[in-house]
Amino acid sequence: MIDKFNIGPRSVSRRGLLGGAAAGAMTLGLGGAANAQKPLVIGFIYVGPRDDYGYNQAHAEAAAVLKKMPGVKVQEEEKVPETVSVEKTMESMINLDGATLVFPTSFGYFDPYMLKVAGKYPKIQFRHCGGLWTEGKHPMNTGSYFGYIDEAQYLAGIVAGSVTKSGKLGFVAAKPIPQVLRNINAFTMGAQSVNPKVTTQVIFTGDWALPVKEAEATNSMIAQGVDVVTCHVDSPKVVVETAERAGIYTCGYHCNQAKLAPKGYLTGAEWNWERIYVDMVNDMKAGKAPGNFVRGGLKEGYVRTSAYGPAVPAAVRDKADAAKLAVLNGSLSIYKGALKDNKGNVVIPAGTSYVITEPKLESMNYLVEGVVGSTS
Amino acid sequence: MASDLGLWSVPLAMIAGAIRVSTPFIFVSVGECLTERSGRINLGLEGTMIMGAMSGYGVALVSGSPWLGVLVAAGVGMLLGALHAAICQLPRVNDVATGIGMMLFGTGLAFFLGKPLIQPKAPNLGAIDFGWWSSIPQIHQALQVNYLFIIGVVLAFAMAWALKNTRWGLIVRLAGESVDAALAIGASVARTRLIATSIGGAFAGVGGAFLSLYYPGSWNEGLSSGQGLMAVALVIFARWEPVRCLWASLLFGAAGAISPALQSVGVTQGYYLFSAAPYVLTLALMIATCSPERSLRGAPAELGAVK
Amino acid sequence: MNTTLERIAVPVLALLASAVLFGLLLAFYAHVDPLEAFGLMYEGAFGSWFSWQNTLTRAAPLILTALCTALPARLGLVIIGNEGVLVVGGVTAAAAGIAVAGAPPLVVQLVMAIAGMAAGGLWIAFAGALRQYRGVNETISSLLLTYIAIALMNHFVEGPLRDPSSLNKPSTWPIGDANMIGTIPGTDVHWGLVFGLVACLLCYLFQRFTTWGFAMEVIGGNPKTARMMGLNVGRYVLLACGAGGAAAGLAGMVEVAAIQGRANASLAVGYGYSGILVSFLARHHPLAIVPVSILLGGIGASGGLLQRRLDLPDAAVVVLQGIIFVAILASETLYGRLLKPKEVA
Repeated sequence: MIDKFNIGPRSVSRRGLLGGAAAGAMTLGLGGAANAQKPLVIGFIYVGPRDDYGYNQAHAEAAAVLKKMPGVKVQEEEKVPETVSVEKTMESMINLDGATLVFPTSFGYFDPYMLKVAGKYPKIQFRHCGGLWTEGKHPMNTGSYFGYIDEAQYLAGIVAGSVTKSGKLGFVAAKPIPQVLRNINAFTMGAQSVNPKVTTQVIFTGDWALPVKEAEATNSMIAQGVDVVTCHVDSPKVVVETAERAGIYTCGYHCNQAKLAPKGYLTGAEWNWERIYVDMVNDMKAGKAPGNFVRGGLKEGYVRTSAYGPAVPAAVRDKADAAKLAVLNGSLSIYKGALKDNKGNVVIPAGTSYVITEPKLESMNYLVEGVVGSTS
Repeated sequence: MASDLGLWSVPLAMIAGAIRVSTPFIFVSVGECLTERSGRINLGLEGTMIMGAMSGYGVALVSGSPWLGVLVAAGVGMLLGALHAAICQLPRVNDVATGIGMMLFGTGLAFFLGKPLIQPKAPNLGAIDFGWWSSIPQIHQALQVNYLFIIGVVLAFAMAWALKNTRWGLIVRLAGESVDAALAIGASVARTRLIATSIGGAFAGVGGAFLSLYYPGSWNEGLSSGQGLMAVALVIFARWEPVRCLWASLLFGAAGAISPALQSVGVTQGYYLFSAAPYVLTLALMIATCSPERSLRGAPAELGAVK
Repeated sequence: MNTTLERIAVPVLALLASAVLFGLLLAFYAHVDPLEAFGLMYEGAFGSWFSWQNTLTRAAPLILTALCTALPARLGLVIIGNEGVLVVGGVTAAAAGIAVAGAPPLVVQLVMAIAGMAAGGLWIAFAGALRQYRGVNETISSLLLTYIAIALMNHFVEGPLRDPSSLNKPSTWPIGDANMIGTIPGTDVHWGLVFGLVACLLCYLFQRFTTWGFAMEVIGGNPKTARMMGLNVGRYVLLACGAGGAAAGLAGMVEVAAIQGRANASLAVGYGYSGILVSFLARHHPLAIVPVSILLGGIGASGGLLQRRLDLPDAAVVVLQGIIFVAILASETLYGRLLKPKEVA
């Protein structure tokens, strides 16, 4: 866990539990701004705590990489709700800190907040994580980026579907929104590609961070015979630890959680935001506006899978690696017809195959056949 | 493996859920029950509980002993309880409001000091396997019982007995029922309330330690979703009886397990409504069992907040 | 004795004491210069016109939600269900706004305000009625009702009322840009602030100058006497709870009509809980609610700057709030004793 401390969003060891030691870095705050060369100031806004072992940490880890770039100053604010607060935070970063590039990293920041502030500050660049930026509809100083993490989920599904003995997978999810449904479906279809009989049990907890409910959901699925569990909540820590304690397998999400489950961790779908952020910052430094609609998956390196855990046999690793290669060279399409949802409706007709960038996928509202659960 | 219990697994999951989820409710509500019987209300137990969770986790991490963590959590809770009591003893200070302030203070302090504890993994409290005789995994799992749960159950009965049958219990009740009567027999109301509130705080601290050291068993800022506040409310629901606090906590825990349990057997529609079940159930029971004449029964007369 | 001086001196003393405590925590645990931190807080909350607007925007919903605790408190009731009322008011207002979206903006806004206030008023009046006619403790019932309100909101926002194009942030359909209530001219602050100020003023005038207001004070002071005087306690309970609920319901409507444009889970971000604190700190006095809300709004507005410049966690601000609240509440004990030389020393 030591390396987690160091690359973590805030080097926690600085004022650690056992008597905080040196705190020289603290004085940087105001002094930095007065330096002769004007640095590029970047604002990061997180919806939850920066060190949640999940969604926000994945962003904060990438922000920590930017901090090391010369001539770059990163300002971070955590736990900013998706209300007028985020509007004020953005404006405050612009007015008081001199930020010229802002990354609001939660979906709900996009409309109306970021769009509104962007209209007011046309010279500032805003890049939002996950929003559906559309040319002509949204200001040109705004944009969005996201990773096709369902590709990584598909690969995780292959591993899960190969190692399950009961044929029952579990998925603890927060809310039935498109990003979550894509992950559940891709995970399930990955598993079905190696074992068509596999089913995925979904439990929606109703919110992004409810540790007790997440543990309860995991336990009730274990009671039903589920032997591989994964999740889409802000912090997968509780689900992964609960599964490890019960002796079943897990696939991680957002970050690498292998250390929380040394025995049962199979693999996981991870973000690699650093790739996107570094490119955007380099654009800014070169005097260009960063891309307005940046999307990518395994191929672009925006997402990746965790290293396989010890429980994954070599044959299964080969299977998943082969699928990964097929995704990379474009010969494998995850979403192809005929695909039925779990109510029996055809959602992708036979003969149709969607590329991962297909806009229709961004408004997914169904669970595929083999998923036990309901979207409302 | 006889795992196909069908819908029967729902009640089983609710029993399992009640045992797993209810422990913090039991500790906080039984502790608060004592505090309120002495005529003091402490709404800040949510903050106390979170401080207990944080400090317990931290100590378990550093010392390697989760039980030492529980002990320290109790100590921290006791200190916060004593602080609350000390402030409320000042003339003209409102204990309901101070409690809300203490809730904020405890929560904020725990998050602030707990930042370095989010990443590392502390050892957990173990459980006793009462399900060894069964080959059905659901039963096996349902009967994994943590020591703190058993301690909580014992404490609820012990508290009820002590309140009724000991001299000390009598003094606590006197302090809650009539300050004048307590003074008349020479008991110090302030000291009694200080002790009762400190013990209540210690209980809440242990309840918090259960969250971080057993279930869900890690420290993070979303750990409590209002369990402490709800547990204080359950005391009123239980009409200030420790044993009824125990039943109320179990009922509440079981109702909370409905939503995941139903979803796990395929009843998936309307899970938000199912997740409101514990609150609807509590409210419905209160409406059904209260009446204007009876509602005051059991309420300590000196308890300002519920007059 | 100079009570006016005391009314200012006591809270100021409490604030100073909290600043010292918080400063110690910063200096010795976080290794941050406390003076720098307080300088930043001032800058972030009141240091410029931008900061002032930030503070006032954050204060606006608190003024309205605080009334939800303050008005019933006049009768001795402790209502803590403010968060749920805001949620109920917001969702109802959004639903009403969508239903009449074609009408002229003023009509839509009026319908939304009435719907939000009516829903909020009924929600808390229900808790009041349970208390009055069934003997159900209003503190616990209003808290339970909050959790129920949030579950209902999630159910509707992600189910029957969901706009499919809201994608990853499930929301109701928008009420339309034309129907938004906008900002006070020359500022960034929405009209919710004015609604709050007017509501506080009205409540004050009502409590101070009407017979009904006086009757409420009598009931709050001694319900038994009130009953003997022939006052209809039930009617006043319903009135106070209904009016308080309406205020918080209006806060929900403002969130929808001035900020979000639609109802979604961002209604439940804690404005209601903060309102409880504001009310208690203001000792349930309608006019005192305004400065307390601004203080709280200012702390919220400056929190971001502490995070960004000093690398403090968000929780630092929560700690400060907690210390301030406990200190101010504890300082009430000083009233009447402060100016006696013996006590000061």
